[in-house]
Amino acid sequence: MQHVSPVREPLVTGGKTYHDVTQDVCRQVEAAPNIRWMAALSVALFLLGVFFYSVYRTLWYGIGEWGLNKTVGWAWDITNFVWWVGIGHAGTLISAVLLLFRQKWRTSINRAAEAMTIFAVICAAMFPVLHMGRPWLAYWVFPLQNTFGSLWVNFNSPLLWDVFAISTYFTVSLVFWYTGLVPDFATIRDRAKGPIAKVAYSLLSFGWKGSAKHWSRYETVSLILAGVSTPLVLSVHTIVSMDFATSVVPGWHTTIFPPYFVAGAIFSGFAMVLTLMLITRVVFKLEDYITLEHIALMNKIMMVTGSIVGVAYITEFFIAWYSGVEFEQYAFINRATGPYWWAYWSMMTCNVITPQLVWIRRVRYSIPLTFVLSIIVNIGMWFERFVIIVTSLHRDYLPSSWAMFSPTIIDIGIYVGTIGLFFTLFLLFAKFFPVINMAEVKSVLKYTVDNGPTYTGHDPHHHVHQPATTHGVPASASVNYDKHD
Amino acid sequence: MTKRFALGIFDDEDVLLHAVENVREAGVKIYEVFTPFPIHGMDDALGIERSRLPIAAFFFGLTGLCFALWLQIYTLGFDWPMIIGGKPHIALPAFIPVSFELTVLFCCHGMVITFYTISKLYPRWKTPVLDVRSTDDKFVVAIEVNENTDMTKLTQLLRDNGASEVNQKEMSKF
Repeated sequence: MQHVSPVREPLVTGGKTYHDVTQDVCRQVEAAPNIRWMAALSVALFLLGVFFYSVYRTLWYGIGEWGLNKTVGWAWDITNFVWWVGIGHAGTLISAVLLLFRQKWRTSINRAAEAMTIFAVICAAMFPVLHMGRPWLAYWVFPLQNTFGSLWVNFNSPLLWDVFAISTYFTVSLVFWYTGLVPDFATIRDRAKGPIAKVAYSLLSFGWKGSAKHWSRYETVSLILAGVSTPLVLSVHTIVSMDFATSVVPGWHTTIFPPYFVAGAIFSGFAMVLTLMLITRVVFKLEDYITLEHIALMNKIMMVTGSIVGVAYITEFFIAWYSGVEFEQYAFINRATGPYWWAYWSMMTCNVITPQLVWIRRVRYSIPLTFVLSIIVNIGMWFERFVIIVTSLHRDYLPSSWAMFSPTIIDIGIYVGTIGLFFTLFLLFAKFFPVINMAEVKSVLKYTVDNGPTYTGHDPHHHVHQPATTHGVPASASVNYDKHD
Repeated sequence: MTKRFALGIFDDEDVLLHAVENVREAGVKIYEVFTPFPIHGMDDALGIERSRLPIAAFFFGLTGLCFALWLQIYTLGFDWPMIIGGKPHIALPAFIPVSFELTVLFCCHGMVITFYTISKLYPRWKTPVLDVRSTDDKFVVAIEVNENTDMTKLTQLLRDNGASEVNQKEMSKF
């Protein structure tokens, strides 16, 4: 049994019983869609419309609709790709890495964070696929012989590694997420009243009944999935960084990229998780599950990874000078003082300075400040990728081909459009799927103590006589489970 | 074929764990235990053997690794050798990322498919359950009974071990 610290805050507040958890999480699934949700969905759908229009223009008229030129061949597309993939990383980190480290607090946020991962990867995948120009031939990236019958894909290319990394990451995250959802779908199924809901959730729940044997296997599967997802999530952004690091472009050709990108990914991912969670907990009244303690813990992770990113920026600059390579030195001086200085200093301000505010306890526990911080970090991390990609490309070895990049309305449309795609998917998820992993939250409910340590975990008979002292309920509250029947 | 079950309903998982141990000691065979979340110690109490899924996962992963290495070495080394960036045809360090990803891909999907197959979990139109509260907040011990079962004794045994209710239910397909 888990030791319960008298000092630590409880994981779930409000003295919830198992039934309360079910009620609180199923509430929004069973209720009719409310006005706020419909308003949010219509905004998201409008942006999705912008996405479809921009994609139509890109496909019909070609890549010339974008602001790319022959010097800057990668700009917003790859910036957005890396930004979205990075955001996705926090979900896997929460569900896999924190599971291995036995961080029980992850249970109330892992479901939504994993959903965020999947939707972010879907958004990310749009960019390289559209950049192909002929997305209907996207299957050419798989190891199939070409039309001549004998030429294979190039396994030495980091872009091909990306194909394998992203597709593995997406499918593995999807099954991990879905396997976690199955028991919760069963809960909704068994509560469903309407005939459509009954059939729909029966299909979704795969006939789960919660038998002890299945739970035993389920736990094994979760553990192994967490074990392999941990190196997987690190490998994905490592490989994304190698898209840059294995080239000879000044500003890209550095060995620091893999750890620097992974830290940046977790940093931006946690910012996005915070943005989403702060909204979700209020809209769906889940303040007892996603507590201030959760927000503070996520803030701390954001601060640590943000500081790693800050150190990486400074190291890059130092190494550029120390290397003695003039092109490398120029690339960095140009970043800070060249025509894109505003992008560089936006990045520095948002990513290096703002997360340091989290050292202050009041900031860490403040919901409005955290919300603003998380948005700033997301903006900063977008600028980071823009700086890395565009400022390195626009002035390289040959001054005669130096150029500037400016986005077209279609570039902006696709980017804003993917935000619409993301929120459309997330809002549908939040309405029809349980946003909190009920089974896992129930399993950690006893590890929580309101008003001091009442749970000892040594004497099993203790609970028979005094069930009111367990489940984080203060003894004085005398909650009786029978009242819910 | 219709089966009849006696259902011991419990409110607390620690009470349930001891009840399961005591009921089994009393010589009663437990058909299945249904709980809303995984309970640590239940495997030992019910005598469920440790799952061999990790072994399966290992071999699926190994298959993925072998496939990835074969694919890369065969295609770039033998089927259509090309000089890329002055590297050898079989540039093993460059094959590490794809080999790793395919290992993970095969391991995860192989294991998850095995899990759903052996647990007979697949989408179905209707899911009959013994007690709908077992996915909410109740812990259900199902014991298969027939005409010869002494229900009073069984009910008493479950009650003595902390069951809050003892019900009976018939299931045609289960």
